[in-house]
Amino acid sequence: MHSNQYTLIYAAVLSVLTAIVLAAAAEGLKSAQEANIALEKKANILRAVRFDSPERQAIEREYREHVREMVLSAAGGELPGVRPDEVDLKEELARQPADRRLPLYVYSGKNGRSYYIIPMRGVGLWGPIWGYVSLESDFNTVYGAFFDHKGETPGLGAEIAEQPFQQQFQGKKIRDDRQQFVSVSVVKKTDKISVGDQHRVDAISGGTITSRGTDAMLKNCIAPYLPYFDKISRNIAQKRRDPAL
Amino acid sequence: MIADRPIEQQTPTVPVKPKEGLFSKKNRQVLRDPLDDSNPITVQILGICSALAVTVQVKPALIMALGVTVVVAFSNLIISLIRRSIPNRIRIIVQLIVAAMLVTIVDQLLKAYMFDVSKKLSVFVGLIITNCIVMGRLEAFALAQKPWPSFLDGIGNGVGYGIILITVAVFREVLGSGTLLGYKVVPQWFYDHGYVNNGLMLLPPAALFLIGLLIWWQRSRNRKLINVS
Repeated sequence: MHSNQYTLIYAAVLSVLTAIVLAAAAEGLKSAQEANIALEKKANILRAVRFDSPERQAIEREYREHVREMVLSAAGGELPGVRPDEVDLKEELARQPADRRLPLYVYSGKNGRSYYIIPMRGVGLWGPIWGYVSLESDFNTVYGAFFDHKGETPGLGAEIAEQPFQQQFQGKKIRDDRQQFVSVSVVKKTDKISVGDQHRVDAISGGTITSRGTDAMLKNCIAPYLPYFDKISRNIAQKRRDPAL
Repeated sequence: MIADRPIEQQTPTVPVKPKEGLFSKKNRQVLRDPLDDSNPITVQILGICSALAVTVQVKPALIMALGVTVVVAFSNLIISLIRRSIPNRIRIIVQLIVAAMLVTIVDQLLKAYMFDVSKKLSVFVGLIITNCIVMGRLEAFALAQKPWPSFLDGIGNGVGYGIILITVAVFREVLGSGTLLGYKVVPQWFYDHGYVNNGLMLLPPAALFLIGLLIWWQRSRNRKLINVS
């Protein structure tokens, strides 16, 4: 039997050695891991505009050539010199609405149309959920949506990360006939709420809390962008009336 | 070996134990046993949790098998190298630290170089730490054996685990999604004539049924196992 002293020293030395090895591994692999995470983010943003590719180069090229990043103030102006990477969505959502900085991605796709991609973040059942929703340039029609999650239940809440759920969003409207913001509701088909079919998608059976989280996330995260969208719409309308401008 | 022989002949009174070859009969046995006679999954019924979870497709199963093999082999080797110095009272903790360190390294490597696979395996890479195969081999084999046989034992158990994992994954992917390693193998002709993929194969219970069938088949074939239960 070893003495207590020996046991203690043995445990301490082993712990320190392990810590050194792990710290070295983490540091050494950090840049490759961060590159993967950055690429994943770009791929997800592009998925929201229905561009899906498994190839690294294709994603990088599409993103570099067609996506413009910007950060908006809550009043709807563009903040110069701020990149979306510097903005932590979680922190922004904790602030007063008037102080928020809002990252926005503009995708200029084929046939010269622009799509506006809104990043979002909310809470599911077990942890955070997030996603990107793209709007067409009428700032009303949803072009595509992408969602992901940290640890929702597979087969239930985790279905928000699957194509069938996300494809439901294509073509839905976020404004009613009087141009008021109503968002897209994630509710059961049989739920009797006042919004029409063009404003709702079918929620997930057995994933009620995740569905509600997605619903709340859409409302919370799209609303702050409306001042900017209204401003752009007004500018376009003005240009149409007075082509000289 | 040939060079040793004259010395042995000169001093016949001192019994010199002949040095064991790297792949002597005993070592080959250590390597081969876990593939069939003492397979960790089908005979020892260990590591079932991950066998159910990561066998929907072949690729994650392949990577998982590789990860487990690396972890079992090297943790066996390390524990065997330091086996005489490990204080008996904290030996389980020491084994855990070594296994956890290796698993973390594997996890970090996957995140750096195989990001999509690491997302699919998600929590199950981390759970290799608690995989009974790892702790079982460390406690039952590496603590009492020399480094080289321990290393072989680790490889054998990892491969034995991997064979079952991949067999189950092949069935589940072909029957459940009609693909193999992501490539379509069930021809469109089948689908046109009313064939549908079996949705049950995508769910964990399918792995349980398949493992059950594998055990049945193995017991009917391998005479050594017939009297075990």
